[in-house]
Amino acid sequence: MNLATVSLAYLRARALSTTLNVLLLALGIATITLLLLATSQLEERMRRDAQGIDLVVGAKGSPMQIILSSIYQLDVPTGNVSWKQAQELARHRMVKKVIPLALADNYRGYRVVGTNHDYVAHYNARLAQGRLWQAPLEVVLGAEIVAQTGLAMGATFIGAHGMGAGEGEGEVMHETHSYRVVGVLAPTGTVVDRVVLTDVASVWAVHADQYDIKDVARVAELMPDDEKELTALLIQYASPLAAAMLPRYINQNSAMQAASPAYETARLFTIIGVGVDVLRGFALVLVLAAGLSVFIALYNALLERRYDLAVMRTLGASPGKLMALMLFEGALLAVIGAALGIALGHVLTEMLGFAFKAAKQVSVTGWVWMNAELWLVVLALGVGVVAALLPAWRAYRTDIAGTLARG
Amino acid sequence: MFNVQNLKHTYNGTEVLNVAAWRVEQGSQWLVLGPSGSGKTTLLHILAGILRPTAGSVGIAGQDVRGLSPNQLDRFRGQHIGIVLQRLHLIPSLTVMNNLLLAQYLAGLPQEGARVREVMTGLDVADKAGAYPHELSFGQAQRVAVARAVVNRPKLLLADEPTSNLDDARCAQAYGLLESQARACGATLVIATHDQRIKARMSNHYELKAQP
Repeated sequence: MNLATVSLAYLRARALSTTLNVLLLALGIATITLLLLATSQLEERMRRDAQGIDLVVGAKGSPMQIILSSIYQLDVPTGNVSWKQAQELARHRMVKKVIPLALADNYRGYRVVGTNHDYVAHYNARLAQGRLWQAPLEVVLGAEIVAQTGLAMGATFIGAHGMGAGEGEGEVMHETHSYRVVGVLAPTGTVVDRVVLTDVASVWAVHADQYDIKDVARVAELMPDDEKELTALLIQYASPLAAAMLPRYINQNSAMQAASPAYETARLFTIIGVGVDVLRGFALVLVLAAGLSVFIALYNALLERRYDLAVMRTLGASPGKLMALMLFEGALLAVIGAALGIALGHVLTEMLGFAFKAAKQVSVTGWVWMNAELWLVVLALGVGVVAALLPAWRAYRTDIAGTLARG
Repeated sequence: MFNVQNLKHTYNGTEVLNVAAWRVEQGSQWLVLGPSGSGKTTLLHILAGILRPTAGSVGIAGQDVRGLSPNQLDRFRGQHIGIVLQRLHLIPSLTVMNNLLLAQYLAGLPQEGARVREVMTGLDVADKAGAYPHELSFGQAQRVAVARAVVNRPKLLLADEPTSNLDDARCAQAYGLLESQARACGATLVIATHDQRIKARMSNHYELKAQP
């Protein structure tokens, strides 16, 4: 028998009110937990995907769209850039490395990315099975695609034209050319997990029907250079000075557009941040409403219990003990609510992760713990204790003789 | 056992109690009689240390109650004074067992399950240890209330109108419980009542006059 037993007994005696208050608090805390987990993971994933890429060059258009389409494989590309221009840029003295990207097709919503082996190396992706592509129409699959589509080594498939916005009807299928799986990559936790990698020439081959090139293996040789196109170039600078000069040089002297991943990603987070702030504000309102509800519940409990409190005083309880009893009850509600809310937040995040996965988006998991969640417990505890302050003070001031005389 | 002198209590400027002198020996049993409004409950509350008198001195078990700090008084009350209230007031959300353990806990005494069971057995409610107050009959609830008052072996057992609204059989039963339990733990018993039925059973009477 101690304060905890008495508090618990009282909470149990008002099971409905207790449950409602705990749920209300849990919902608020769960929302904040979800935001915390999802945004931190998204930021981490997006930062990792863009790591080591100083500049992205694509067709004229929105720089944000260039970043989203070529680094994160989320948006549609702004258009194509000419292969010849890309070659010239690769020779620029301020450019250390260029990774070409050619996007055109998708397989069941997963993008087919024409590139070179540098792309695989850049993300430190290792082969789980097979080898990297050596000829056009050979593909290597990201880990998530294998898990989601069941494609295996040696399988062949036909790509659908477009970026995979919609599956099924209305899509143009490239039936004359089929891709063949020659390798599977181990999971990397980056964008590589959800792309089909192949040679740039594969993309040319699939779309080069009008040139009547029968020998797919030699498409890069047979296709006129003027007709070759890429979607974007991932660039690494040769020196820090390039950051100041290269983007301007590209924008002014070519038909291409330079976009800085660091700048655009930061801008994106600012835009998302507004939405996140609104949600967080909403969650805080929920938590405050829960606090108010706890206050009303405890205050009503206090009125119901004034004889109990007076009797406890006659049994030797000090006013401080009665105050502690009420505060403890508020704190107990808060801690239960916080624990439930955090658990719920993790489950919701995991569910969100499943939804993202189904939509071939950046993946998120609920099974990680963040130390910031401890602050949520502190927040809930603060709300619970503040809500209990006035009832606790009234309990402290209980007039034993007066209450008993009226009883 | 206790010694009251020149005790006065005023409420909102009106005198509600006036006791010139009253001395009671340890282990004796007293009835405080008087009509409604004569200050019986007030006197009981002052003896219990729930209420501080406006004037006068109260000594209980050799302790001048005025000299105790509020916290000391709470502890003193919990350990040495047992109170049975007219409307029993068991804590509804706690079981019978826990109601008794609560009395030990709040008095700052060690919680002894053996003592609690002994008292429950003595009052024939041992089989109700796990029951909640609302599951008890009136007679059982009354015995539990007495058990709670005596579980800490008080020196002074106070009862406020324990028999009003009870029929004759129950009245006799309630009085019998208090009398025997007070005797069992050597406590001084003070019953405040306007119930004339008990009067014949107790020899020591303290009569309060109606206040003008």
